[in-house]
Amino acid sequence: MNLTLRIWRQHGPEDKGRMVTYPVQDVSPDMSFLEMLDVLNERLILDGEEPVAFDHDCREGICGMCSLMINGEAHGPQRGTTACQLHMRQFSDGDTIDIEPWRARAFPVVKDLVVNRNAFDQIIAAGGYVTAPTGSAPEAHSVPVPKADADAAFESAACIGCGACVAACPNGSGMLFTAAKITQLSLLPQGQPERYTRVIGMVDAHDEAGFGGCTNIGECAAACPKGIPLNTIGRLNRDYLKATAKRAGS
Amino acid sequence: MDLYREGDPIADTRAPDGPIETRWERHRFEMKLVNPANRRKMTVIVVGTGLAGGSAAATLAEQGYQVRSYCYQDSPRRAHSIAAQGGINAAKNYRNDGDSVHRLFYDTVKGGDFRSRESNVHRLAEVSVNIIDQCVAQGVPFAREYGGLLDTRSFGGAQVQRTFYARGQTGQQLLLGAYQALERQIGLGNVEMNARHEMLELVIVDGRARGIVVRDMVTGEISTEMADAVVLATGGYGNVFYLSTNAKGCNVTASWRAHRKGAYFANPCYTQIHPTCIPVSGDHQSKLTLMSESLRNDGRVWVPKAKGDQRSPREIPEDERDYYLERIYPSFGNLVPRDIASRAAKNVCDSGRGVGPTGLGVYLDFADAINRLGRKAIEAKYGNLFEMYERITGEDPYEVPMRIYPAVHYTMGGLWVDYDLQSSIPGLFVIGEANFSDHGANRLGASALMQGLADGYFVLPNTLANYLASSGPLDKVDASHPEAVAARTDVEDRIKRLLAINGDRTVDSFHRELGQIMWEHCGMERSEAGLRKAIDEIRALREQFWQRVRVPGDGEGLNQSLEKAGRVADFFELAELMCIDALHREESCGGHFRAEHQTPDGEAQRDDDRFAYVAAWEYTGTGEPVLHKEDLTFEYVHPTQRSYK
Repeated sequence: MNLTLRIWRQHGPEDKGRMVTYPVQDVSPDMSFLEMLDVLNERLILDGEEPVAFDHDCREGICGMCSLMINGEAHGPQRGTTACQLHMRQFSDGDTIDIEPWRARAFPVVKDLVVNRNAFDQIIAAGGYVTAPTGSAPEAHSVPVPKADADAAFESAACIGCGACVAACPNGSGMLFTAAKITQLSLLPQGQPERYTRVIGMVDAHDEAGFGGCTNIGECAAACPKGIPLNTIGRLNRDYLKATAKRAGS
Repeated sequence: MDLYREGDPIADTRAPDGPIETRWERHRFEMKLVNPANRRKMTVIVVGTGLAGGSAAATLAEQGYQVRSYCYQDSPRRAHSIAAQGGINAAKNYRNDGDSVHRLFYDTVKGGDFRSRESNVHRLAEVSVNIIDQCVAQGVPFAREYGGLLDTRSFGGAQVQRTFYARGQTGQQLLLGAYQALERQIGLGNVEMNARHEMLELVIVDGRARGIVVRDMVTGEISTEMADAVVLATGGYGNVFYLSTNAKGCNVTASWRAHRKGAYFANPCYTQIHPTCIPVSGDHQSKLTLMSESLRNDGRVWVPKAKGDQRSPREIPEDERDYYLERIYPSFGNLVPRDIASRAAKNVCDSGRGVGPTGLGVYLDFADAINRLGRKAIEAKYGNLFEMYERITGEDPYEVPMRIYPAVHYTMGGLWVDYDLQSSIPGLFVIGEANFSDHGANRLGASALMQGLADGYFVLPNTLANYLASSGPLDKVDASHPEAVAARTDVEDRIKRLLAINGDRTVDSFHRELGQIMWEHCGMERSEAGLRKAIDEIRALREQFWQRVRVPGDGEGLNQSLEKAGRVADFFELAELMCIDALHREESCGGHFRAEHQTPDGEAQRDDDRFAYVAAWEYTGTGEPVLHKEDLTFEYVHPTQRSYK
């Protein structure tokens, strides 16, 4: 099939950037979306132009590196699917496709479609862990974890940190990402001792990094390629409320 | 042979002697320690943030060292360990099914086709139990039974259920555990994290590894970082084949640069071809996707009995199907080790019975398991894998059998290390897939995660301390040292050279062609004639590369073509060494199958009299590497022909 791509080109953080149109021919429906961009880039290089910079690595939907806004949707039209797993059979001959980077205050553009998501790491560093220095762990079976809790913790732990939730949110909020980690750890017995310091630390880091506030719009959960549900944020809010009450009381 | 020279054998691997059960314990006691006040004055560079690098950096920082960590991804959480699906082995014996440290040790030595070191493998089996404890304490959400205890499953090459898992995303969960421990240390100021940085050279001062030259992939800035020791945790080199299950960015550059500076490269020809990957769909293919080995617990592998049978799989009656793994290997059936399953798939496809549009595929069929256990149970176990398969192929594996074919997945070879995980360059340690140490000629499923975390959490932090304590205070050196300046100049010159060629072919076109040569001649089956041909072709193509490659842009900012060009240049050199290694090893073992050396029924024919050694290659710069042999002795697991029948 033949397509028209309109791609965001931006030389660097200081450049204003603009959409540039590229026709592409003979796209196979079995290609992945990124393979289609590979083909375009091969052509641009041979034509003496700069290829389009975009982030990608595992190309199997788990590393969270790919980050494309496709026709205004984070990771494109297919639910529960990262851009790298999106295949061209989802599109039709003659389509025009807009490709843009994640746009959020906390994720500045580095070049073309590449953004800086270091703010997510800062949120984790502010409490998204269980303090368990190597060697200090008790025998694994000393604390049983009910299967339902373990399974629910896993659902939240499946977050790949791609940032689609932020890109989809009109406020540029990173609450779904933050809540996913908080939910995972607060469901497990190992996460209890730091439960309330964690939520304060992570939410503070989230706000400092320039993410917007959550107003329960729900775009984040709709865009999440791993299906992290919106009620995860409710769990964060409950923990946050308890934590601030505890802090006020102490 | 004219392609290499033989040098002195390796005399000392630092492996302790005595009863194997006590070696690691005794060695740990005999090693020197660094007192906590002195640790704060020592800097350690860790390159790579996967399971090995992430766990090592976090642990070293917890112990009080100043750690500098580097990764090429935009965050340490994205290292390719994250893509490991199936699980992690540990000798917990929670199933009471006869498992033990000794049995895990035995299975791993046998699974490696008697080409690994007994001392190392035993240590790996010993610490495997600590890894599970550590990960549970970090909040890794492993699969659990209704009673709240940990669930386990079977994996290839074992008859016990010792594989712990987190649905089909075990690598992700274990890596996030290590990443979170690392982020905690970053937050505390104990680790300086440098994401989007690529190591391009090693700095050696007075015979010791003392630093690295890195490129900031965003600004293009080249800088030299000095330290008391350097740890490489930079993964495997499967991308030399272009198509593999590795992430697109995985590369050999850090290892290869160290090799060029004197670190021996061991057993480069030992590559693992994974039997269950989604087949290639066309010329545009950029990578291959694994379907976890755990699927072979419930999926049955088959092809039609008749050649060229074009019927759809559901129309082929039971008695016209060949469940060839169950037929040839009745005792292990669909759960034979990876090397054996891959070669069997190749054989049935070569005989004209392959399925799918290319004929390069076999069925992995879940119909029986769905009938027996119900669709819900299969969904719970493998749901995410089935979805991934459908997204890529457009076919629903609940309705039609999956089509699978082998693909390059893991490299058992890597930089040579002694028992302390130190390379042949003092002060340079190599951990995880980047080293060669524990898997011999074939790695068993669910053992890569085990080895990465064993090295990073439990082995390296001990042995590195011993090095630092034994070497005494090292001279202070900084980036102005002549060796550091020379290394940096080399990096800058190389970048300039790549940018100046301005030829008429893209980097990817060369990489693809190199991959085809390697897959054809140094893949699942190798022969003397094929390997010699491959060496000639690689040399010719490499020459073309340096004359005709086009790298657009400049070195000043983000330039993904430049990054790729440097990596592919190193793959060219590695590819030649792999072929030389494969050519010199005139036997078949594990993932290395030489057509000339097989048993009458087509199994790998080892030659223990001539080849029971590790081949450690020294770089000479003349195109003629020097082979150093490290003899392997087996006191506990006696080499036999591996049989899974």
